[in-house]
Amino acid sequence: MSYEPEFLVSLYRKMLLIRQFEQRVRYLFLEGIMPGTIHQYIGQEAIAVGVCSALEADDVITSTHRPHGHAIARGLSVESIMHELFGRTTGCCRGRGGSMHIGDLEKGMVPAIAIVGGGVPIATGLALAFKMKKEPRVAVCFMGDGAVNEGAFHEAVNMGAIWSLPVVYVIENNRYAASTPIAQVVRVERLSDRAAAYGIPGVTIDGNDVLEVYETARDAIGRARAGEGPTLIEAMTYRLTGHSRRDPCNYQPKEEREQAQEHEPIGRLAERMLSEGIADQARLDEIQQEVDAEVERAVESAMAAPEPAPEDALEGLFA
Amino acid sequence: MPKRMTIAEALREALREEMARDERVFCIGEDIGIPGGFGGAFTVTLGLEKEFRERVIDTPISEAGFFGMALGAAMMGLRPVADLQYGDFIFCAMDQIVNQIAKMRYMSGGKITVPITMRAPVGATGRGAQHSQNPEAMFLCVPGIKIVCPATAYDAKGLLKAAIRDDNPVLVFEHKLLYGSKGARAETGTLDASSEIPDEDYVVPIGKGIVRREGTDVTIIANLLMMHRALIAADHLAAEGISAEVIDPRSLVPFDWELVEASVAKTTRVVTVEEGPRRGGIGAEIAATLSERMSDYLTAPVKRVASPDIPVPFSPPMENYYRPDADRIAAAVRSIIEGV
Repeated sequence: MSYEPEFLVSLYRKMLLIRQFEQRVRYLFLEGIMPGTIHQYIGQEAIAVGVCSALEADDVITSTHRPHGHAIARGLSVESIMHELFGRTTGCCRGRGGSMHIGDLEKGMVPAIAIVGGGVPIATGLALAFKMKKEPRVAVCFMGDGAVNEGAFHEAVNMGAIWSLPVVYVIENNRYAASTPIAQVVRVERLSDRAAAYGIPGVTIDGNDVLEVYETARDAIGRARAGEGPTLIEAMTYRLTGHSRRDPCNYQPKEEREQAQEHEPIGRLAERMLSEGIADQARLDEIQQEVDAEVERAVESAMAAPEPAPEDALEGLFA
Repeated sequence: MPKRMTIAEALREALREEMARDERVFCIGEDIGIPGGFGGAFTVTLGLEKEFRERVIDTPISEAGFFGMALGAAMMGLRPVADLQYGDFIFCAMDQIVNQIAKMRYMSGGKITVPITMRAPVGATGRGAQHSQNPEAMFLCVPGIKIVCPATAYDAKGLLKAAIRDDNPVLVFEHKLLYGSKGARAETGTLDASSEIPDEDYVVPIGKGIVRREGTDVTIIANLLMMHRALIAADHLAAEGISAEVIDPRSLVPFDWELVEASVAKTTRVVTVEEGPRRGGIGAEIAATLSERMSDYLTAPVKRVASPDIPVPFSPPMENYYRPDADRIAAAVRSIIEGV
């Protein structure tokens, strides 16, 4: 499969933007400047970017407690996300949601659901609405490996299947649910095997190969849009950061982590682009500088933006 | 020409009219539209699938799943009415209701609208602890959901319509002994809660209670089945020279404090009545609020009539002991009136 150079560059740029955003946010945290908590997407960038690159403008995604990568890939501005993390009224959720509820329905992302598995029924419901309204839109549900053991996953995927709803379920298997290795909590070899229980196709792919992710997602989304029902995609990856901000990852064996670092998605795409002559190192450096600047602008504007008045907390409950 | 209807019939008509009026409205639940089926456990949706086949959706037994789906559909502009076969099964959907449905609008910064209606049949009817609860009080402390509990057919139609037209999550608690379901689904011990239903379209506003019986000596606040029993108690008390005012709150959230406080200012005594357990119940919230706001008027502590803090027992003598009756309500009134 051959791709336009600009397409590959756009994938690279997006993944790098997520990586830079997450690394900058981590430092703001360690410096004690950013409030709240964060669950970072470092190492998993190819999944958000590969899947979201296959979406149309009016498709909608649901996300999890680890939503920053999905939000950037879906097209929320780095600024609106950064402002939300700083609790500003100019954030995508007006400071009410915070890190685990990043989203903007107008940009095609439901505010993230921080209850593991909680977003699976919601994504299935988006798809139900698309089908009932006869709209050619697709819902994509991102979840982690931990979510497949929640009852809500079972119920929702089953209903997506029996009604052939236009929804794609994407499992980001980073091998750990918080600190629990997936092999300890699932008896099947591949999580995508569970698709057979619902009568839908399931596939396990290299989640750190952004083009494999893109192609698989494109096919599944196409099937959903054509009325053929859901697909369960299991994208294998690795979390190169803690579960949340204070996690030193002592449960991840050192060799496993080092190996994962070697197979991380951004370096792999860079290697491919360099070897195929799609971009030279100078261009890659230029892109790095551009994303650094974009993230820095967002940090500056966020820190300068107004904090909400305390009593603003009472607004926005009912329509 | 107004027509006399049971609550089940009035709810059915509300659903039919709202689905005809607005193509975004749809019903989703278990056994609600199966041809030859019951029309839901209490016949409310009976026959609606003939007129609105695609908008009466029969689900697997998956409350968490389809309540979450209703949220997703509501965010995309549809107006779902999610149905629980028994109110006790609401706990299967608790995460979706409390963590997702109630909080989505707020977490989004007020940008997202969730026009979802949720219906739950409540009350003890000889079916044992897991099919008999009155869970209304458990949702008082979940901000983001409105709660209504119609006790008459007129209110049932009007409040269900109001709930469907409301752009917010609304939980509608209905009572099994007040439905007036017929045929194979008729309930032993059913009360007549039927009303004259006008031809023209009407809603009952959410947040407005109603005085069912005027009085001067005590304010009795009672919902659902207990409201009907409070009226019987009021009759007995009247024969003893005690004039009881009976208020049917109709909505628990928002609650009609204005109506209640005006009554309390007049009577100076309050008895709350509910079928759910005493601890942390509706009466607890009313008593605490009135003691904060009406202490200058109250001449007696607020008295709560409720079920004991136990699961609902099966055996009829025990179930009758559990659930407050008119005698218990009247005794509570007498206990706070001096000289009685």
